[in-house]
Amino acid sequence: MLAFLIQRVLQAIFVMLMVSLFAFSLFHYVGDPVLNMLGQEATEADRAALRAQLGLDQPVVVQFWNFIVNAVQLEFGISYRSARPVTEMILERLPATLELAIVSAIFAVVLGIVFGVYTAIARGSLLSKFIMAVSLIGVSLPTFLIGVLLIYLFAVNLGWLPAFGRGETVRIGSWWTTGLLTASGLRSLILPAITLGLFQLTLIMRLVRAEMLEVLRTDYIKFARARGLPQRVVNLRHALKNTLIPVITIIGLQLGTIIAFAIITETVFQWPGVGALFITAVRFVDIPLMAAYLMMIALVFVLINLVVDLLYYVVDPRLRVPGGSK
Amino acid sequence: MSSTPSSDKPNSTNRTEDRQSASSEGPILSVRHLRVEFPVRHANLVALDDVSFDIAPGEVLGVVGESGAGKSMIGNAVIRLLEPPGRIASGEIHLAGRRIDNLPEDDFVRLRGRHIGMIFQDPLTSLNPLFSIGDQLVETIRTHLPLNEKQARALALDLLAEVGIPAPETRFDSYPHQLSGGMRQRVVIVLALAAQPQLIIADEPTTALDVSVQAQILGLLKRLCAGRGAAVMLITHDMGVIAENADRVAVMYAGRLIEIGPVNEVIHRPRHPYTEGLMAAIPRLDGRRERLYQIEGAMPRLAAIPSGCAFHPRCPHAAERCRRERPELIPSGDSLTACWLHDPEAPVVRRQPQGGERVVLVSSTPRPAGEVLVKAIDLVRHFDVSKPWINRVLERTGRVTLKAVDGVSLVIRRGETLSLVGESGCGKSTLARLIVGLYDLTRGRLFYAGEEITDLARRSGRRAAAVRKRFQMIFQDPYASLNPLWRVGAIIGEPLRYFRPEMSDVDRRRRVGKLLEQVGLSAADALRYPHEFSGGQRQRISIARALANEPEFLVCDEPTSALDVSVQAQILNLMKDLQQQYGLTYLFISHDMAVVKHMADRIAVMYLGRIVEVAASDRLFATAYHPYSRMLLDAVPSLEGTGKRRTMIEGEVPNPIHPPSGCAFHPRCPHAFDRCRREVPVLTIRSEGSEVACHAVAEGRIV
Repeated sequence: MLAFLIQRVLQAIFVMLMVSLFAFSLFHYVGDPVLNMLGQEATEADRAALRAQLGLDQPVVVQFWNFIVNAVQLEFGISYRSARPVTEMILERLPATLELAIVSAIFAVVLGIVFGVYTAIARGSLLSKFIMAVSLIGVSLPTFLIGVLLIYLFAVNLGWLPAFGRGETVRIGSWWTTGLLTASGLRSLILPAITLGLFQLTLIMRLVRAEMLEVLRTDYIKFARARGLPQRVVNLRHALKNTLIPVITIIGLQLGTIIAFAIITETVFQWPGVGALFITAVRFVDIPLMAAYLMMIALVFVLINLVVDLLYYVVDPRLRVPGGSK
Repeated sequence: MSSTPSSDKPNSTNRTEDRQSASSEGPILSVRHLRVEFPVRHANLVALDDVSFDIAPGEVLGVVGESGAGKSMIGNAVIRLLEPPGRIASGEIHLAGRRIDNLPEDDFVRLRGRHIGMIFQDPLTSLNPLFSIGDQLVETIRTHLPLNEKQARALALDLLAEVGIPAPETRFDSYPHQLSGGMRQRVVIVLALAAQPQLIIADEPTTALDVSVQAQILGLLKRLCAGRGAAVMLITHDMGVIAENADRVAVMYAGRLIEIGPVNEVIHRPRHPYTEGLMAAIPRLDGRRERLYQIEGAMPRLAAIPSGCAFHPRCPHAAERCRRERPELIPSGDSLTACWLHDPEAPVVRRQPQGGERVVLVSSTPRPAGEVLVKAIDLVRHFDVSKPWINRVLERTGRVTLKAVDGVSLVIRRGETLSLVGESGCGKSTLARLIVGLYDLTRGRLFYAGEEITDLARRSGRRAAAVRKRFQMIFQDPYASLNPLWRVGAIIGEPLRYFRPEMSDVDRRRRVGKLLEQVGLSAADALRYPHEFSGGQRQRISIARALANEPEFLVCDEPTSALDVSVQAQILNLMKDLQQQYGLTYLFISHDMAVVKHMADRIAVMYLGRIVEVAASDRLFATAYHPYSRMLLDAVPSLEGTGKRRTMIEGEVPNPIHPPSGCAFHPRCPHAFDRCRREVPVLTIRSEGSEVACHAVAEGRIV
């Protein structure tokens, strides 16, 4: 167990180093920040001064080292555009994105598994055929279109739910703001969460269904039936647990993409999250902000993968307990 | 006694009475005119047609037939676990006098495990890998018996001990992957028998096991069922297993029951020509035939079952009536058979089988030995199966090597067939791959026709190619060894394209056509894809591919173990014909002693990476020296041995990663003594052409 953990952590560190190298190289290859920041009438001395202030006059290796040391302390420098610390800007926006991502992930995973299991067990039934047909829409329609359609239907036509923004928020602790505690916050969350989670839901559902059908064909399921275990126990205890092993990986990766793809949903719903911040950063070539965002997304992926690997370990005794007879 | 969780139901008391009365009178299982259909898109396939039989209390009914005959379908229909869209279309099934085929599903579920138990073929896949065996046992017991957690656990431990699982207390919390194949099948048996069902359906219960373990498991199953008075339906393709375990035998062909009778009658006086052919097609341990009797063709597919008697296209005696009229079961002596040969009024006349090959027994004089073709000196192949370095550092363990082949020397002469035999994990396949250069040698030297080819696996280029094309390999699984996206012509032509690039397309096509005809297919088959062929035909394609460049040496790794008996006979005959025609040399690997006896001139017996005995085939079968060779021979269920008693060999093949010290066989050997535990025996000449690695033999303690 310890060896397994150490190995995975080392791998995670390696991945993060690679990503930092990429993020760091942004500073050198995506335009000259000094020119961007100072404008036309600055003198050479101004430029040199700014260069020194940003540390751009040092050797590349030293710059990279500094970048990493700073990154470990969550220090990504000052935004070129708004001249505020990047970390502060991200932290300010992070709660909105995380709340949206977590709610839509729960929506996608819970419904995805329920529908997937149902459509696998009741394969021929009318309802399951209906669910499968509808799920095609979720797979094939692009996120922004679903968002716009939902806004048109529920916000514009029916007027049930707000079309944009986060509603009222409540501050918890020093920096976290939540929309989960107010009625308007919750109402604002519904449409973006569905938009963001719909694709993942259909993906997870189809995956669970395919995997479950596979498992239901195995000998151990047939043997479980043959020795008289009730249908419910066979499906929900024996089959589901085996189904979830490969599904865990995909769900983990999908959670990462939910956060990464929040950009589009946040733009459609003008959600004040990190994704919207990143879009602005790209538009104004705000490199420190882009680098920080990149590192954050990478960290999310790496952490989720780590959790997935550990989950595997907990669920599957074949990894946990050494095999072999005698 | 029979208080299932459903004891509030009014009929539960009736059931108890049924149960008790059944043991004194009437059959446990009675199947009448059973018909199973598979409605598919364009047709309604009939998988079982008008099948009727009974099984009495305590009786073992063997159900035999080749793949596609519908034998597993019977078991699945009785326990109502047919794969969808299969369904029982008509007929009745009675269990202990009660009709069960029309029970609603909710009631039927309560029969499974409680009244009907079922055991499947593969113990490696029958148990849920994510739950401990104790978990699965307690769950099953508590489903059927009104016991609390603690009582169920106690019962489970008793049952585990009863089936011979050592240290049940510690095994209780093990997961399936921690147990060996034989141990897992014991757990499967406990699970199936936990609630003492009256009827056990065992579907190929030992097919996936090694022959020594097979004997143990069958013995165990028989003892447990006899002790509980349960009736057994033993479904298998292995006539030897039937001969030794069944009381009566039912023979299936194309979804129909074609013969049923007492085991001795069916095996020694078969009535139906198919049964006759099947018996004659089985390679025997007693006496050796030059060729096996061959039933032409293969089992028809469900979509194309012939009219009249389904067997008529393959039957040597078929008359006009057989093509038109379907025979029903007719009494003949103590048996029943569905064949017009036995019609009491106007029997169809029997024709003499052509050639009369099946009665020719030859005393196999070993062929005159040619010059040495393959010479292997002290071959060693280790696989690194260590954990990642970080585990080794933290757990303070070193590298772990699997010694798959651990010092093998052998000689193969031109024109002979050398057989490698041994149970799974003995290294026979690895050795074969070393010899053809598919694996690198860890150590040792290899010569082919006088030329050193030790580093062939790493070599490329013209000279290596010149050696490589002189030998070819035929693999076990005809489904996995042909690329499904290539036409047969391309598959067979590939070695030609590679080794003879100068050959024109026309010539190559002509050669492919000729090869196909040589292996009994037609030249037109070159345009078809592998999935259009049956298993036996695919193996013929594999052989044609191997023969493309006129090799002199073929390595055949279990070439018939995935095939049915009648098809196996065709392939073995073909291989023998080709050997005579082209003077081929074979290295023939098999776990089936009877097949080996049929094919081999000399035999090398392997155990855990080493050869323990080499001898001429006749010598080995007459008097094997090594205790392991004796055990292998003794464990084979034989057709002759109805009711035969044998000395049971304990244990299973140990994990080759941690082989026992000294002689690897010593923990299972009845003759082991101190020296065997310390010292590895080497192969020493015992008599002319025969070598044995055994201290007991060397010291004269075994004769």
